[in-house]
Amino acid sequence: MFLLKLVFRNAFRHRLRTLLTITGLAIAVLAFGLLRTVVDAWYAGAAAASSARLVTRNAISLAFFLPVSYESRIRAVEGVTRVARSTWFGGIYQEPKNFFPQFAVSPAYLDLYPEFVIPAEQRAAWTRDRKGALVGRQLADQFGFKVGDALPIKGSIYPGTWEFVVRGIFDGADSGTLTRHMLFHWDYLNETLRKKTPRRADFVGVFVVGVDQPDNAAAVSTRVDEVFRNSLAETLTETEQAFQLGFVAMSDQIIAAIRVVSYVVIVIILAVMANTMAMSARERTGEHATLKALGFGPGFLAALIFGESAAIAAVGAAIGIAAGAPVAAFFKQAAGIFPIFEISPDTIALQVACAAVVAVAAAVVPAVQAARVRIVEGLRSIA
Amino acid sequence: MAIPLSYIARNLWTRRVTTLLTAGGLALVVFVFATVLMLDAGLRQTLVATGEYDNVVAIRRGAGTEIQSGITRPQAAVIEMHPAVARGADGRPLVSKETVVLIALKKAGEEKPSNVIIRGVSAAGFTLRPQVRVVGGRLFTPGSTEIVVGGAIARRFEGTRVGERLHFAQRDWTVVGTFDAGASGFDSEIWGDAEQLLQAFRRIAYSSVIVKLARVEDFEQMRTDVDADPRLTNEVKRERIFYSDQSRALSTFITVLGLTLTAVFSIGAMLGAMITMYASVSNRVGEIGTLRALGFRRSAVLGAFMVEALLLGLAGGICGLGVASLMQFASFSTINFQTFADLSFKFILTPAIVSQTLVFSLAMGLLGGFLPALRAARLEIVDSLRAA
Repeated sequence: MFLLKLVFRNAFRHRLRTLLTITGLAIAVLAFGLLRTVVDAWYAGAAAASSARLVTRNAISLAFFLPVSYESRIRAVEGVTRVARSTWFGGIYQEPKNFFPQFAVSPAYLDLYPEFVIPAEQRAAWTRDRKGALVGRQLADQFGFKVGDALPIKGSIYPGTWEFVVRGIFDGADSGTLTRHMLFHWDYLNETLRKKTPRRADFVGVFVVGVDQPDNAAAVSTRVDEVFRNSLAETLTETEQAFQLGFVAMSDQIIAAIRVVSYVVIVIILAVMANTMAMSARERTGEHATLKALGFGPGFLAALIFGESAAIAAVGAAIGIAAGAPVAAFFKQAAGIFPIFEISPDTIALQVACAAVVAVAAAVVPAVQAARVRIVEGLRSIA
Repeated sequence: MAIPLSYIARNLWTRRVTTLLTAGGLALVVFVFATVLMLDAGLRQTLVATGEYDNVVAIRRGAGTEIQSGITRPQAAVIEMHPAVARGADGRPLVSKETVVLIALKKAGEEKPSNVIIRGVSAAGFTLRPQVRVVGGRLFTPGSTEIVVGGAIARRFEGTRVGERLHFAQRDWTVVGTFDAGASGFDSEIWGDAEQLLQAFRRIAYSSVIVKLARVEDFEQMRTDVDADPRLTNEVKRERIFYSDQSRALSTFITVLGLTLTAVFSIGAMLGAMITMYASVSNRVGEIGTLRALGFRRSAVLGAFMVEALLLGLAGGICGLGVASLMQFASFSTINFQTFADLSFKFILTPAIVSQTLVFSLAMGLLGGFLPALRAARLEIVDSLRAA
């Protein structure tokens, strides 16, 4: 009890210095948490992807398409339950910075994605309207889309301005579902292409394939690719998760840089904290000698310094972690590019761990010095 | 009268550990700040160097990048015959009709493939890009399934050494040479014969047409003609502008993310500087009183502590910049959001970045040291002498 009291008295002896250190620590812990969350947000697409769905695409690269005739041949493969078409549209809504993904899909797509929850009458309305579009809840909230709104999109891959009408808004089944995209009829795209550029018609970007059992995913992938070996358009089939991770991997050096930088901020704050502890301990050399003269052992003095470091770090970390959720919510609103931006329990655990490491590392040298101080020399020293 | 600089500098030296820790914190922030600027400078320089000022790129209107674009043969012929196009020694127009596609290749030691641009060029393609030089092996023979690879590709991707074969589009392509494209975007590309690639990928339209202008100032005329011609659904851009436009999204991303981070980190480091300077003031209360009693004015004391803080910032700035300058030996590769292809670029340290970084570090020192210096200047002589 006495030790704890002394620790707290000591910690707040230099109120300004402690306050500054706590602020610094809180900011660092907060920044660390946000950076980890940015990395998590990068992986959100892969995290939300199912390993029970496969994506079949052209083996050359995503810029090459597959003939629509492949659909029936994929469906005939053993273990395949459903096949849906999906083509990346890559259009621009008003201006390029309003980027969001648009996919031209066949109706079976919605059956393959039960996590997109849509009211039955809206789905029926969409099915009836060839120019109908479905928008995700996150997207609708960002741009204020409502059912019945006209939605003109300027094509970059497919020239011209395309007119859509919002016929439904789908919600995510849970908070991890990404709903910041738009779906419309593949038939609308295809029929327009047939009229304008017939050579580009009857092609599909990727096929989304449902398998009967997730365990069969690998076997079914191999069987699908086997069907099209040595054809004009060889396929590459992988689980949706692997497909999404492929995108993440392309920017892996940026992610690696963010990861490194998230630890740099911890090192910065470690330097600040170590400085504070070193200064405090040096100023109190005389006191430490007095305590020793009174009979307190070196262990007590070390505990005193570690305790002070831990107290400051605990308060700073607590503030930093508590500020995490509201700041993340604000950041999500302000940036508008990350549909999922929540601080995960893992991140909080890492924040606590980092604060603990900082607390211990900052106190090691001053604690050892205090424990070793010779009474006579210590008493002689002045600040 | 001002307090001598040597006196101020020795104060920092006396408390070495504290100075070192504080300057270390500042140096890390400066390091992050400088690398972000260097990365952005490298990216811009790479894409600006890719374009020649007197070259013109024609793509389909609204396509933005060559990957998304398409130009039919009749359209390409119209552009080729425009009077503004320069002619070579043989009297033929200096035109490269190119086909640009993405293929997925594996980087050495990685599982997931990255997208790489493969560009089919006409015979004039190399004349139009004087920065591209074959450094190993030889050029591909027109009309064959031979390819040459850029330096950044040869270093990092599997199966791209001279003599090796890549399989795509149902054919085996032999790598017969490597080319060095300076520090330009072409270094991250693979080049082959345009007609062969069109056939292999079963395309009938080119992706882009690149022409050299006879006179640089003819560009406006050419643009007006292309916009007005009812046969063309194309737009033309100066090559340099075309490529620097492609760096915009990635450049904005790197700058915004990097500078936000630095701003947050700098708060931490400034707090560190403030703690150090406050301690420096409170340890020297008696000394300050003595200085004042000797006749130094409040402004001199304020100035002395500000200079001390600036020196601290400068020390951090120089250390951070020193470490950051080592990053020039490293290169960075990532996907360009606009072309969707892998792009490799270097960290580049420019004089502008050096001065920006030093100003930034001095500003951190100044902001961190201002309040403590103010406290030192406001001490009363009698109180401070008594405290000693």
